[in-house]
Amino acid sequence: MEKTWNNKAWFMVLPVLVLVAFSAVIPLMTVVNYSVQDTFGNNEFFWAGTDWFIQVLHSSRFWDALQRNLLFSVIILSIEIPLGILIALNMPKKGFGVPVCLILMSLPLLIPWNVVGTIWQVFGRVDIGLLGYTLAALGIPYNYVNNVFDAWVTLIVMDVWHWTSLVVLLCYAGLVSIPDAYYQAAKIDGASRWSVFRYIQLPKMKRVLLIAFLLRFMDSFMIYTEPFVITGGGPGNSTTFLSIDLVKTAIGQFDLGPAAALSLIYFLIILLLSWIFYTVMTTSDAQN
Amino acid sequence: MNFSWMAWTLPTVLFFVTILVLLIGMGVWEFLSPGGNPRVGILRFETTRGDRLFVSLLGSAFIHLAWLGLIGPNVWWALALSVVYAVGVFKLV
Repeated sequence: MEKTWNNKAWFMVLPVLVLVAFSAVIPLMTVVNYSVQDTFGNNEFFWAGTDWFIQVLHSSRFWDALQRNLLFSVIILSIEIPLGILIALNMPKKGFGVPVCLILMSLPLLIPWNVVGTIWQVFGRVDIGLLGYTLAALGIPYNYVNNVFDAWVTLIVMDVWHWTSLVVLLCYAGLVSIPDAYYQAAKIDGASRWSVFRYIQLPKMKRVLLIAFLLRFMDSFMIYTEPFVITGGGPGNSTTFLSIDLVKTAIGQFDLGPAAALSLIYFLIILLLSWIFYTVMTTSDAQN
Repeated sequence: MNFSWMAWTLPTVLFFVTILVLLIGMGVWEFLSPGGNPRVGILRFETTRGDRLFVSLLGSAFIHLAWLGLIGPNVWWALALSVVYAVGVFKLV
């Protein structure tokens, strides 16, 4: 069939182009401009060349924060993805339980990030928080304010509580889209529970898992609000992730040049890792 | 409209104009030879020429960062290396 060419259709994408230009392209251009200059306010800028990039790349503060970010993302993904799949597999597929489970799963996603941070900050306090007080009553030493391990555990548990639901909902959507004929065929063949999961459910969930994986990776790699509210980057710098470091540099110190250079490096790392994940997962999908 | 808050400089203008010219050039190339020329190269997965441009630009950014981090502020050699890398990507990937 011959294609119909209508160049007026280009006007249909114009609103999106304008939106992307104002929300992404213009801010990104501004950040690039700031990254090669220095400013002391008053809209006055002085050429700095690549100095800020060299400064960021040679600072241990940047590499330490990057390592913390990578470690946090690895831990989060290795918990939330299997846990999300497990919960989705065990959710009811029909009946009254479906809307109940879906609503319960959606609740954490509806809570704003700073509120989640505040909830867990209070929840973990030894004097008034349910978690902190209970652990203290049981004789378990727990204090996320001055213990690095406790601070990390609190952030990880908080993130798992907040975001596993997203993985669950995506996996559940993938699972309910599998036609019954697949399960019937597996039953006739006498397939085990594991085989059904490995050869029917997992391949059918692959696309939604890719989305869940990418969303959770990018989100956990860019995490800011919750750790800022709960630990403020402490104890010491133990939970200072790149985003917190970036805000401290840009707003705390008003070093806009180094902050712009740091944010560009940060952006490139996220872009590279997301592209690698996406390519690896879509390529293996195509090969299958 | 006053865009002084965007703090434009000649080098950054040239940088973005280059990106824009590359994108327009890719559009013209696609118009003259539609389909994106998909092929499987040394990375063992299918890439179109848009993918190859993306890999070239992303790789070039990291070549420049590595140069700044490991060698020094003179990025002209990093630029030359990036051009060689981009040619390699368009030939082999």
